[in-house]
Amino acid sequence: MNSAWIALAILAFALAWPVPILLARASWPARAPGTALLLWQAIALAGGLSMIGALLSFGLEPFGTTIVDGLRSLVPYLLSGGLPPRANFWQMFALSGAILLSAHLVLNLALTFVRAERSRTRHRQLVSLLSAPMPERPGMRLIDHEAPVAYCLPGTTRSVTVLSAGLIDLLDEEQLRAVISHENAHATQRHHLVLMAFRAWRASLPWFPIATRALVAVTTLVEMLADDRARRDVSDETLARSIALVASASGERSPAGPSSILETSRNALAADGESAHRRIVRLTDRSPALSVRSRVFVVSCGFALLVVPTALILAPAFS
Amino acid sequence: MATLGELERSIMDLLWDADDALTANDLRDALAGGGTPGPALTTVLTVLSRLENKGFVSRDRDNRPHLYRAVMSRADHMAELMHEVLGSAPDHAAVLARFVGQVSNDDVASLRRMLDGAQPR
Repeated sequence: MNSAWIALAILAFALAWPVPILLARASWPARAPGTALLLWQAIALAGGLSMIGALLSFGLEPFGTTIVDGLRSLVPYLLSGGLPPRANFWQMFALSGAILLSAHLVLNLALTFVRAERSRTRHRQLVSLLSAPMPERPGMRLIDHEAPVAYCLPGTTRSVTVLSAGLIDLLDEEQLRAVISHENAHATQRHHLVLMAFRAWRASLPWFPIATRALVAVTTLVEMLADDRARRDVSDETLARSIALVASASGERSPAGPSSILETSRNALAADGESAHRRIVRLTDRSPALSVRSRVFVVSCGFALLVVPTALILAPAFS
Repeated sequence: MATLGELERSIMDLLWDADDALTANDLRDALAGGGTPGPALTTVLTVLSRLENKGFVSRDRDNRPHLYRAVMSRADHMAELMHEVLGSAPDHAAVLARFVGQVSNDDVASLRRMLDGAQPR
């Protein structure tokens, strides 16, 4: 009797529900955003691995004692179209589920990537026609619009940081430095790749609220990481002030923008407001960074999360 | 020597500002203004066909020489761009990373209070 699938199923359940909820509620990630980001990635990967592993391990039971064994002896059955005598309906159901789920996740990741690239290409073309390069700052462009915005348009080869005329009017030189340093950090640390993986996860599981919570949490952590880079160039207070100023100004002027802004979902608004709030709190309350010992502990937990399902999938069944 | 991207932008600016459709020759003459030699006609034609492929410029092939005009106004393109930036497009966050996202008026009030709290005393 193979019980690896039970262990994998329990792990999959834990990683799909209680663990992400606890992590999303925890306060320590604000003190170690990079470490927390690693843990989120480990949870998502290990969750998918144990989910598919549980289905495979259960479904392949009639084919072999381990998953690797089972997959190997599955091939001749697939080619001949027959089934081993011990195979029952539920096992074949789980097996099909594992294959469909894997294909679904991979296809969604590819689709999310292709869609984002296409939108970015169009956006980059618009930016290059509508904005002027900033002579003293390579890789940056200025759009002539009164809304105070700054953003990073990530690219596979080169990224562009775009500032608006409204932003330059709103902020002083030091605050602008904070914004630019923050946006450049997104580009150099390639944050869009991590975010895309979590966005693909949410797109594949639209009925699964945890995927949305994970995306919100990861988005905030990425902003905090970029803030931490900016803190090396400017004071915490300057950065906090820039965030509050830009957030306040963009909140006030929303009716003046395209009317559909008002239709932006309340959830998205709440998440953005919450994110700005958390970023300012951690800059003003001066809570110390998480100790090295705690960071090492968190990273080890993340590592263990990946090792356990891998071992359960590869190891011979324990009976 | 302007880059191809900058030349695209100058040509779009001319087409946006023009009341009528322009020929490649008109554009080259306008670009050459101010004593500078300006780009070669073939370069202008290359840039125009790039802009046509991207959907920014339409070409009237019935006329000789061909006439070019902007497909949409500058303001329409700016609206499209800001639509994506300000977060009203369906999946704007997938495209770009904004410094601070859209916040509600309640959040503005609370951010204001925090801002005042952070002021040096």
